[in-house]
Amino acid sequence: MANTDFSRTMGSGHHQHGFDRSRAWFERMHIDLILFLLILLLAGCGLLILYSGSGQDMTMVKRQALHFLIGFIVLIVVAQFPPRFYQTVAPWAFAIGVIALIGVLVMGVGAKGAQRWLELPGLPRFQPSELVKLALPLTVAWYMSTRPVPPRFFDLIKAMIIIGLPTILILKQPDLGTSILISASGILVLFFAGMSWALILSMIGIVAACAPLMWFFVMREYQKQRVLTFLNPESDPLGSGWNIIQSKTAIGSGGIDGKGFLQGTQSQLEFLPESHTDFIIAVLAEELGLIGVLALLILYFLIIMRCLYLSSRCETLFGRLLSGSLAVTFFIYVFVNIGMVSGILPVVGVPLPLVSYGGTSVVSLLTAFGLIMSMYTHRQN
Amino acid sequence: MNAQPNQETTLSGITRWRFTLVLVVFGCLLAAVLVRLVMLHTVDQPFLFEQGEKRTVREEVQPAMRGMITDRYGKPLAVSTPVVTLWLNPQQVNVQQLPAVATDLGLSTRELVRKVERAASQGRSFLYIKRQVQPELAQQVLKRRIAGIYGDDDFRRFYPAAEVTAHTVGIVDVDGNGQEGLELAFDEFLQGSEGSRQVVKDLYGNVIKQLKVNAVPKPGGDLALTLDLRLQYLAYRELKAAVSQHNAKSGSAVLVDARSGDVLALVNQPSYNPNNRASLRAENMRNRAIADLIEPGSTIKPFTVAAALSSGRYFPGSEINTAPGYVRVKNKTIRDHRNYGVLDITGVITKSSNVGVTYLAHQLGAENIWSFFSKAGIGQATVLGFPGEAVGSLPYPEQMDALRLATVSYGYGLSVSPLQLAHAYTSFTQGGCRNPVRLLMNNQPQTECQRVMPAKVARQVLDMLETVTSKQGTGSRARVAGYRVGGKTGTAHKVGQQGYEDSEYTAVFSGIAPISSPDLVLVVVIDSPQGKEYYGGEVAAPVFSRIMQQALRLRQVAPDDGSVPALQMAGGPA
Repeated sequence: MANTDFSRTMGSGHHQHGFDRSRAWFERMHIDLILFLLILLLAGCGLLILYSGSGQDMTMVKRQALHFLIGFIVLIVVAQFPPRFYQTVAPWAFAIGVIALIGVLVMGVGAKGAQRWLELPGLPRFQPSELVKLALPLTVAWYMSTRPVPPRFFDLIKAMIIIGLPTILILKQPDLGTSILISASGILVLFFAGMSWALILSMIGIVAACAPLMWFFVMREYQKQRVLTFLNPESDPLGSGWNIIQSKTAIGSGGIDGKGFLQGTQSQLEFLPESHTDFIIAVLAEELGLIGVLALLILYFLIIMRCLYLSSRCETLFGRLLSGSLAVTFFIYVFVNIGMVSGILPVVGVPLPLVSYGGTSVVSLLTAFGLIMSMYTHRQN
Repeated sequence: MNAQPNQETTLSGITRWRFTLVLVVFGCLLAAVLVRLVMLHTVDQPFLFEQGEKRTVREEVQPAMRGMITDRYGKPLAVSTPVVTLWLNPQQVNVQQLPAVATDLGLSTRELVRKVERAASQGRSFLYIKRQVQPELAQQVLKRRIAGIYGDDDFRRFYPAAEVTAHTVGIVDVDGNGQEGLELAFDEFLQGSEGSRQVVKDLYGNVIKQLKVNAVPKPGGDLALTLDLRLQYLAYRELKAAVSQHNAKSGSAVLVDARSGDVLALVNQPSYNPNNRASLRAENMRNRAIADLIEPGSTIKPFTVAAALSSGRYFPGSEINTAPGYVRVKNKTIRDHRNYGVLDITGVITKSSNVGVTYLAHQLGAENIWSFFSKAGIGQATVLGFPGEAVGSLPYPEQMDALRLATVSYGYGLSVSPLQLAHAYTSFTQGGCRNPVRLLMNNQPQTECQRVMPAKVARQVLDMLETVTSKQGTGSRARVAGYRVGGKTGTAHKVGQQGYEDSEYTAVFSGIAPISSPDLVLVVVIDSPQGKEYYGGEVAAPVFSRIMQQALRLRQVAPDDGSVPALQMAGGPA
């Protein structure tokens, strides 16, 4: 079981033997070595890119390295708990998350016109939506795994309510990007659980019908502006179109092989906005060119494929639903970020996973990988 | 929660093909992103690369240092110092960051914010914050690294001698272009040529690195004037005192080297401070010694006499009967101060007899007078190359009837600038052969002089001029202790709207020292002195005396009476 098709491609001969042995040992420690090494590699690349994207700010790189250290510890700890434990805590985590989201709306602190943070005495400032990012798929996966399969209509309705509640609360902050990602992670669980095609199609229909209503009643002025900017960034080149024009310029001017590490003019000379957070891939694209971006994309691809593989090998329905949802959500992160920076999606403020600067995001992503490893490595037999 | 194996197997089937579907969707999305990235990196690369270069690579103009203007000994009269011009792009700048900038520069925050907001609403992308800021202060502002605030290197012109040399040196505008005086006349020479280079700049306009140099800035040429700053200072001081004492409208003094024709001092009142642009008023900026015309009055008489002596028909001792003290020409009466009776030629100068010079002019005829005056440079441009230089006027022989000829012979009906008058007087000091007047050291001195009169005549006139400053002469107050001084007073009625004004005069003294071996020619003009004294001998001659006394001493000219000149106080070449 452990000797998979995938792992055979990773090495050869005598070496393979040693690698397999250590892999088996790590698996007993509830860690999937391949996934762990891939994540470690991505983290290393991320720090290098951040060094350039932050304008060679070593303090920022060190702080991000600390985030990674904490994140990996959390990953290992999280992987030690069996899936049953998560099934038990899922509804509680969800409840806490929802209460915290309500807290944000009532007493949250914000930046740039949105309330996203919660400051409680004695606790570090944190973003409840990050907790919900994990709690929601956990809860939906738990709920669906307790229901008969394929899910019945009313179970799906109840699951939709579980998904809808935090989605609406996050939409109110307002944070369109996160609410879309969170609802997507929940819906993905339903999809993997065998939601019927009629329902899927009717949902797509509802979304399509709701889009105009969203535009006129739900979306804020700045969100509409972003969509308009996406459709035609040159309409306001110095205002809301600035970011996207600058990032396209940075990406394109890199060419095939780039201008060289730390040699990008757009990123190093501060023409590229948010060069250490949401737009960090433009730094890579300018300095290491198409080759650099493709290398990073391949790394992401390997991580996602490994996650999907692990989820398909889970023993429990709960584990399979959760891992699949988390893996696909990870893919959506990567896709939305690159799509937004390269101008095929509107700017929604999604960081590039494990590369963009940010402690909360790093820790919650690594927690998700910890969950995936837990689901795969805890076996009954 | 117990595992239900049979449910698991059925589910596996569902999830497996749903997994596959997810993978297919993945592939499509990934392909979309990939196509996009490849497009950007390849097809759009040239355009986007150029766009990137446009943001960072700039052609930067490097201003050239404007040449210095100095006096004859290299003392600076106009120098350029590096400064920084601060400007902002109202479209880029964040108004909330402006108060700090305003505080740094001592500007009103409200005013600055209002200006920036108005410029932004008008869609402008350029606004000066402050021009010509000291480099240290500008760095303080630029170090704040506020987006949209930029600093350009520039130069500021400074005039160390300020109002003392203002008229001659002139002034540049805030962009460094000559506006007046020699700054205007030699603008191109002084400006040099701007350099340009290609540089990489960051978002804040800071130069990160230099890519290539297109042209190295060539500093402008230096201009050395013939002026002697020490003489300029003392002439200015004395002129200013006299103009203020007599409550006069204006005044000029021109000091010329009697041998070479170099202009050593050229001063005017009123003047202005070229370092304070706010104080500039057009009427103060006229270089009257060059640009204004006066009727020279009696100061012209030595030339009528010199013309008579040069003709060979008259000698210093030749006698002329000026009785009864007046003469009728056509329907006008030309009067002397009183009836001098029989005067020799020297006496005509000493007493400044209008009747005497009228007689001489009529004897010589208009043709001779015109040609002699022209050779002496009266009514001829001095060709200094100075902007606004006045040419003056001398009527042609055919324009001169008997009356006009008579008035010209004693200095009315023709006009000269004070500089021209001083230049004409160098005819006497240079042995009758006149060199062109010079204001710039760079000009090569001309070897060939223009013969105006025989050397003997020049000497004779000098001796006659000395009698004017004798105790009984009209110019006695021009005397300088220890030196033999000669000169001629002049008092001209000013021309107003209805002919000559009765109560407005121009007081003139034009003189030479020392007479034994002339070193300096000085012309002093006081325009419209108010009060009891208005004669050239009363108003202009004392100024002449004071300037000449100090100038001779500074130049260490040997006194005629054998006394030792006072030791020079200020340093400088002799």
